[in-house]
Amino acid sequence: MRNAPRAIVLLGAQRFDPNLSELVASLEIDGPIATITAGWQERESDDQDLHEHLGRRSVNLRLHERAEDVFRSDPELHAAHRKRQELLRHKQDFYRIRLEHELAAAHVIRTRRAPPEILAAELAASIDSIRELDQWHLAQCARVRDEFDQAWRPHERRAVARHRREIEQVLAGCAALAVAGGHVASLLNRMLLFGVGELLDGQWVFAWTAGAMALGERVVLFHDSPPQGPGAAEVLDRGLGLVKNVVPLPHPETRLRLDEADRVSLMAQRFSPGVCVTLPARSHVTLREGRFEAPHDVSALRADGVVEAIAPDTVYAP
Amino acid sequence: MTKRLAIDHLLAHNPTRERVEAFLAGKRFPLVEGASATFVWRGEAESVVLRHWIYALESSNELTRVPNTDLWYLTLEVPPRSRVEYKLEVRHNGVGRWIEDPLNPNRARDPFGANSVLQGEGYEVPEWTRPDPTARPGRLEPFAFESEALGGVRRGQIYLPARFRRSHLYPLLVVHDGSDYIKYAGMKTVLDNLIHRLEIPDLIAVFTDSPDRLKEYANNEAHARYLTEELVPDLERRFPLLARPQSRCLMGASFGGVASLSTAWRYPGFWGRLLLQSGSFAFTDIGRRNRRGALFDRVVEFVNEYREKPTALSERVFVSCGVYESLIYENRSLVPLLDDTGMQVRFVEARDGHNWENWRDRLREGLSWLYPGPLLMVYE
Repeated sequence: MRNAPRAIVLLGAQRFDPNLSELVASLEIDGPIATITAGWQERESDDQDLHEHLGRRSVNLRLHERAEDVFRSDPELHAAHRKRQELLRHKQDFYRIRLEHELAAAHVIRTRRAPPEILAAELAASIDSIRELDQWHLAQCARVRDEFDQAWRPHERRAVARHRREIEQVLAGCAALAVAGGHVASLLNRMLLFGVGELLDGQWVFAWTAGAMALGERVVLFHDSPPQGPGAAEVLDRGLGLVKNVVPLPHPETRLRLDEADRVSLMAQRFSPGVCVTLPARSHVTLREGRFEAPHDVSALRADGVVEAIAPDTVYAP
Repeated sequence: MTKRLAIDHLLAHNPTRERVEAFLAGKRFPLVEGASATFVWRGEAESVVLRHWIYALESSNELTRVPNTDLWYLTLEVPPRSRVEYKLEVRHNGVGRWIEDPLNPNRARDPFGANSVLQGEGYEVPEWTRPDPTARPGRLEPFAFESEALGGVRRGQIYLPARFRRSHLYPLLVVHDGSDYIKYAGMKTVLDNLIHRLEIPDLIAVFTDSPDRLKEYANNEAHARYLTEELVPDLERRFPLLARPQSRCLMGASFGGVASLSTAWRYPGFWGRLLLQSGSFAFTDIGRRNRRGALFDRVVEFVNEYREKPTALSERVFVSCGVYESLIYENRSLVPLLDDTGMQVRFVEARDGHNWENWRDRLREGLSWLYPGPLLMVYE
């Protein structure tokens, strides 16, 4: 019987002014630290800065490289994997089309003049429709993944099983796992392919940006100011599920318009009871037993449009 | 209540040399005050004239001399976010000399030299057009191609993104008047920045030049064949390109826009993305001779034929045009036709003229719509 992670620490972006090593030191974590940089894709091994930052004690799990090896040595699984990804992309496209219309309807309702009680009821109904669509899409993605797992049992295939054993051995010698960001879908796929979540056994887990997003129950993509379109958040897929009821929002400085109450409110309501948590650079928060411990510069989006600093020991997963 | 303009204040207070000095001190010219822009010039002359290229306004506007001083001025209404390129014509002894405005540091360069630039209220040079030290630069490599279709060598430059890898497959962007886009629209910097910001994907761009663009870009079968049957197949052999329509974009401005559309028309379905900037899409509703002259005859022939039978040539077409250029009429007329064919069409107007900085300023919107980058997927 494996133990759940000792605690999960979510951090802000580490690229320019990292604070990971400070946190590791403050928690008195000794020994090697496993790292995942698969979100960097082909640049996975360009991890010298991270290695130095962690006092040269990191061990990269090389999930991207391992996945490439699996796909080379198991062409059947590779073909099935590509087919599944193609299916997920189609579903994402159609979900996006429907989502745009639901969001447009909510926008029109919000800007209409009508008696407040009517407006409130209509807006609530509109947001419910968006939530239903998000949940429907999430269920669709989960079904596609479950069907793939049942049909192919990837963890039992020789190439995957061999790599899983190696990953398990590395993790067994490490007190912590650090998951870096990058391409969130690529990272998520590699972590799911090797079932990294199930191989943890009581380690600390540190994660930032896409790494933090991949740990949740669902991965929410977002950018309030893209060069095209209204900047609507969308559900990508289910995540590893290591973090319950929290939607990590990295890079709020550049990706979120936190001064726009309507946007904040919509985001909070769409993903409730999940708490949308902003993670700016240098921020961090420890998640343990359903509570936010030692939050530093992290905030939660509220349904009333307010962005509120998270207080220590706030319960997020009742 | 309308605020009094600074020039009116000067005029109302018995202007002297000292008061003119005080008026000029510490201000940027043309002086933009809300929707009004005051152009000034200082010196002795018979007359001073503002020369600009705003279609629908008199292209020649005389400045007025402030009595008892050597200051000349002209106030025009300029809508917010406008960008106006201009020169001053200073006349001595019946001879006019066109000069850049000595009081205005803003300049735009083009193949004919440089113009002064008036930036209306609210206009800012987009920050993504300036070199970003954090953006990894791609590289430009010269290329020469012996074209059978055109009967000679065609040259240009190939842009490879930072971190270019042979193992990766890239979309292709072919740019007419390529060297001018690099030189006057800062397009290499723009590509570096948009790729760095994940707003467009890593791509390979081919900047092509023509020794005779007015002939080769004006609805020319040989040029279309050169691009489609010679250049692209050669590029696909030599570079890791995604060989599919939705990963092939053809773009150009002015006659380059005509070349792009007419090439796609000759090879429907091959170019899945088109970016047409201020295209010279001249046409006639009756007769075959357009008011723009013989240079446009081949263009008119093509546009008339296309207007007669519009068909889907591509998947996505981005069209932009300045409202201060005469071609706004032709472009506005073209867009509904393109739209009706079932292609996805996006049309953007700008308060600008027929110039390279207008085309530069629309690149982000156009390229990121035609080739959306992985912005929503990457969180570093």
